[in-house]
Amino acid sequence: MDNVFVEALVRALAVGTPLLLASLGAILNERGGVVNLGVEGMMAVGALAAFAVAVAPGGNLWVAVLAAMAAGALLASLHAFATVTLRANQFVSGLALALLGTGAAGLLGKRYEGAPLFNKVPDWNLAGFVISPFTVFALLLAAALAFYLNSTRSGLTLRSVGENPAAADVLGVNVGRVRYAAVLAGGALAGIAGAFLTLSYRASWADNTTAGLGWIAVALVIFVGWRPLRAILGALFFGVLYYLQFRLQGNSPIPTEVFSAMPFVLVLVVLALAGLRGQQGDAPAGLGRAYVRGER
Amino acid sequence: MRFTALSAPSAARAAWVTLAAVVVALLLCALIFFFYGVSPGTVYGTMLRGTLGDSTGLAEVARRTIPLLLIGSGLALAFRAQFFNIGAEGQLLLGAVFAAGTGLFVPLPGPLLLPAMFIMGAVGGGLWAGIAAWLRRLNVNEILSTLMLNYIAVAVVTYLIAGPWKGKDVRGYIYTDLIPERGFLSVVPGTQVHWPTLVLGVAGALALQWVLSRSTFGYALRVVGENPGAARYAGLSAGRVATTVALITGGMAGLAGAGEVAGIHHRLLEAGQISLGYGFTAVIVAWLARGNPALCLITAPVMAIILAGGDLLKIDLNMPFRVVDVFSGVILLCLISSEVFVRNRVTWGNGQAKDNTGSKANG
Repeated sequence: MDNVFVEALVRALAVGTPLLLASLGAILNERGGVVNLGVEGMMAVGALAAFAVAVAPGGNLWVAVLAAMAAGALLASLHAFATVTLRANQFVSGLALALLGTGAAGLLGKRYEGAPLFNKVPDWNLAGFVISPFTVFALLLAAALAFYLNSTRSGLTLRSVGENPAAADVLGVNVGRVRYAAVLAGGALAGIAGAFLTLSYRASWADNTTAGLGWIAVALVIFVGWRPLRAILGALFFGVLYYLQFRLQGNSPIPTEVFSAMPFVLVLVVLALAGLRGQQGDAPAGLGRAYVRGER
Repeated sequence: MRFTALSAPSAARAAWVTLAAVVVALLLCALIFFFYGVSPGTVYGTMLRGTLGDSTGLAEVARRTIPLLLIGSGLALAFRAQFFNIGAEGQLLLGAVFAAGTGLFVPLPGPLLLPAMFIMGAVGGGLWAGIAAWLRRLNVNEILSTLMLNYIAVAVVTYLIAGPWKGKDVRGYIYTDLIPERGFLSVVPGTQVHWPTLVLGVAGALALQWVLSRSTFGYALRVVGENPGAARYAGLSAGRVATTVALITGGMAGLAGAGEVAGIHHRLLEAGQISLGYGFTAVIVAWLARGNPALCLITAPVMAIILAGGDLLKIDLNMPFRVVDVFSGVILLCLISSEVFVRNRVTWGNGQAKDNTGSKANG
C-alpha cells in the first residue's frame, strides 16, 4: 500500500517536472504582461538542443542544459520582438512559435531519431526516494520565484509592468526591456523543461517528444492563478493523472483513447472551473496587450 | 524604430506589406532548410516543379484547395470577430465522423444521402466549435480550448475506427467499412478533385463575404471585432456574435470533413489521413486574406501549393512532413508581425524630439 503510494508520487513528480518548469517560465513572462502560447515549441527546441549536445562525442550535460536554455530563449526572442517591438497579437504569435518550434525540432531532429543516450542525467536516491535533479531544481525554483515576485524590488518592477505598464513607464521603468527579459527567461525555462524530457525522462529523442505538455503548462498557469507555489500542486495534479493513465492503460476495460484524451479534457474542465470561480480576475491587468506609450 | 499611425492605410499598402512578409518568411524558412542540410534552392525548386509543373501536381493542389477554402473563409470571419478558432482541425474531424456515421448507419435513399452527409458534417463541426464558444462565455480562452478539442477529436476518431465502428471486412486495418456508393461524390476523372465540394467552397466564400460586408450581422461582427467598447455601448452582444461566428466556422470545417469523406476516402480512417494539416494551414489562409472570405479564393490555392509541396519534400527529398509546420509557423509569425507596418509609417533612429506626435497619433 505504502509502496504504491510512493511509486505514484515519484511518477507524478517526474511527469510533473516539465509541467512545473514550463509553467514557472510562463508565470514569469505573464506576470510581466506577455502571454506565451509558444511554450510547446520552446520546449521542443530545448529538448532537441539538449539531446544534440549530449549525444555528441564528449557531450557535457551541463552544456546540454545550457544549450536547451539558449534554444528556448532564442525562440522566445522572436516572440518578444514580434509582440513587444512590433506589437503583434501575443496569442497568435505564440501559436506561430509553437508551430515553428515543434516543426523545426522535428525537422532538424530527424538525424537523432532512435539514437541512444548513454550519459543520461543520473537520478538521485534520497532515502529510497528516486528523484531527478531536474525535479529538485524545479521545486526549489518555484520557491525562489515566489520569493522573487513577492519580496524583491525587481519582482515588484516586473509585476508593475504586467499590471500597469503606463504607471511603470511614468516611474522610469523601461517596460520593453523588462518584458524582453521576462519573455527570454520564460523561454529558457521552457527549454530546461524540454532538456528534462530528452536527458532524463525519456533519455532519447523522438518527434513530438513534448506531446502537448507545453499546452498543458500554459493552461496550468491560469489554473494556479499565476502563483509559483500553487504551480507545484497543479503540476503534481496533472502528474498523478498521467500516472493513472500509465497504470490503467491496458489493465482495464476502458478504451485507451479515453486515457490519451483525458489530460486535454481535464484542461478544459479546469479552465472552465477557473472561469466560473472568476479566477481570470487574478490575471495581471496588462496581460496580453502590447504597451504603446501614450495609448490607453 | 518609431511608428507613426497612418489615418487610413491603403489597400495597396496592405498588399505590399503582406507580400513582403511572405518573402521574408520564405527567406527565414530557407535558413532553416540550410541548417537541415538541403539547399533551399532544391527545396523550393522541388515544391514548385512538383505542384505547378504538371497536371498531376495541379490536381494535388486543387484537392488541397477544397478544404482550405471552406475552412479558411470561415476562419476569416472568425478572426474579424476576434474569435481565434485554432480548432478547425478537430472540427473537420468531427464533420468527417458525423458524415461517415450518416453514410454508414443511416439507410437513406439515393439522392438524399449526400446532402444528409454534408448537413450532418456541418452539424458535427459546429457542435465541436460550439463547445469552445460556450467555454468562452466562462472566460476560457478559445485558442486553448479549441486546441485541446483538437487532441480530443483525434482520440474520438481513433476510438471509433479501432472500436465500435471498425469495419467487418477490413481485418488488420483500423478503419471503417466503405459507405454505400450513392454517398460517393463525383470527381474530376483521374484525380481526387471532388469538384462539387469545390463549388460549395467557392459559393461559401462569396456568401460569407456578402454576410461580412453587406448584412446586419456582418456589421455587428465587424464592430465587435474592431471596437469592443463601441459594440458594448451600442448594445451589441459580443458573446452572441462570438457564438454565431464559432458555429459558422465550425460548420464550414465540418463541411470540409464531410467532403473529404464523401469525395476521397469513402470511409472514416485515421485522423492523420483525413486531414493533411488543413486546420492549421487554413489559419494562414484566413490571415493572408486579411479577414476577407472572398480573398481566400486566392490564398487557399497558395497555401495548398505549400501543403502539396510539403508532401513532395517528404517523398522526393525524404524530409519529415514537419516541414509544413515550419512553413506555417514562420509565415504566420511574419504576417502578424507585419501588421504594424500596414497601420504605421516607420522612421528609424530614436528621434526623441518628435516622440510625442508619433505616439499621440497612435491613440
